[in-house]
Amino acid sequence: MADFLLYALLAGLALAIVAGPLGSFVVWRRMAYFGDTLSHAALLGVAMGFLLDINPTLAVTVGCLLLAILLVLLQKRQGLAADTLLGIMAHSTLSLGLVALSFMKDVRIDLMSYLFGDLLAVSQTDLWWIAIGSVVVLAALAALWRPLLAITVHEELARVEGLPVTAIRMALMLLIAVVIAVAMKIVGVLLITSLLIIPAAAAQRHARSPEQMALGASLLGIVAVCLGLSLSWYEDTPAGPSIVVSAAALFLLSFVLPKRV
Amino acid sequence: MSDALVRLSNVGVRFSGQNILDQVSLAIAPGEIVTLIGPNGAGKTTLVRAVLGLLTPDSGTVWRQPHLRIGYMPQKLHVDATLPLTVLRFLRLVPGVDRSSAAKALAEVGGDHLLDSPLQTISGGELQRVLLARALLRKPELLVLDEPVQGVDVSGQAELYRLITQLRNRYGCGVLMVSHDLHLVMSTTDQVVCLNHHVCCSGHPEQVSGHPAFVELFGQDARSLAIYHHHHDHAHSLHGHVVMPQPHVHGEHCKHG
Repeated sequence: MADFLLYALLAGLALAIVAGPLGSFVVWRRMAYFGDTLSHAALLGVAMGFLLDINPTLAVTVGCLLLAILLVLLQKRQGLAADTLLGIMAHSTLSLGLVALSFMKDVRIDLMSYLFGDLLAVSQTDLWWIAIGSVVVLAALAALWRPLLAITVHEELARVEGLPVTAIRMALMLLIAVVIAVAMKIVGVLLITSLLIIPAAAAQRHARSPEQMALGASLLGIVAVCLGLSLSWYEDTPAGPSIVVSAAALFLLSFVLPKRV
Repeated sequence: MSDALVRLSNVGVRFSGQNILDQVSLAIAPGEIVTLIGPNGAGKTTLVRAVLGLLTPDSGTVWRQPHLRIGYMPQKLHVDATLPLTVLRFLRLVPGVDRSSAAKALAEVGGDHLLDSPLQTISGGELQRVLLARALLRKPELLVLDEPVQGVDVSGQAELYRLITQLRNRYGCGVLMVSHDLHLVMSTTDQVVCLNHHVCCSGHPEQVSGHPAFVELFGQDARSLAIYHHHHDHAHSLHGHVVMPQPHVHGEHCKHG
């Protein structure tokens, strides 16, 4: 197997595994649009990374996190409905990122690869970043699993029972920011949320516990990555969108299979 | 009351220029059932949130016994339909709970058959019992119940109130609950606090139900209630002595002018 294909496969698998449990929380907590907004803003993070000459993965993580904090603060002021606010932030940060990049005449980047990912161009260094990011996020999720479930079920009940709800919610946002930074290389900023929510939604119908759903989502994500990469390899289709199409096909298939009782 | 679990002194809460709570004082002792009644929008839930520490009052103080274990039963629970959660898993979100202790708590509230049901499939009345079981699993010193009989049919309501009294007797915990059901609450509570942004009146149920402020607030309902509970034409003092004559004589429990 060619090296670049192996790197692509390993990167895709790492992302699929971590996206399962994290995506389940995005579905349970109805954060799909929130995740979308953060990932759109990732492009602005890339621009900032070039501007300040820092590692783009780090710039994107920090940028997403700052935006997440800003969103929480703005939502508390209750001027606008949450989805309106998210819509404004998603598209203005994406546009701001595009405009900022166009001003940097000496920066030559392939915009398409940031928007839709360039999985087959993943380098060994990228792969390390992806592996480290995935392991850190998985470990944090495992440690925070029960508190995260508790605040998802009822935040005030969790607070009365002594959980630091704000800190846990912040941690979840941080984890999403890290995964967005890591996944940008793989499926691009426009498609990241789909990898979080489609496998989780597909696993949902057949799961009887939160853990089953998270594990099922990871497995379905792995299958989607394998299918998508095969499609890309044999038919020369773009890798990121091929993975998303495969995941969507699995989602449709989950309706055909009989539901377990 | 130096042995109080929670003590509120002159608590005031304002939302967007409106006084939601004004100079509210309240204490809950161990083993005491305190019931908050009052019309819609009177600030009952706001007061509960202040007791729980979910909001910080704009004025006054909320004192809680250090390390006070509170079992809280929220007014409603909405769990997203996509989250596959059984009643058992829901109860096990409390740290240190295993299957047998969850089953025991559920049996205590008469819901043993629900243990393996998905949380989203059980009825409103069953959900109230499950929420009560979760509050019990915390081994609470104070139970806080926000409209515990909401969505429960009439016979179930009386049963649930009886259950709350039983649990208080067994565990000796203090209870603070919010209720609309004047009739049902009167027989199961030690102290009634009638709230309409400020404390209109408070005291033993029989004192309160004859109180002019109470009658004014609840009108016809209060009269029927007073008749229902008072087949006699006199009032009681704190110690149960007969006090004559009506109408109301200001006493130490009167929180009005």
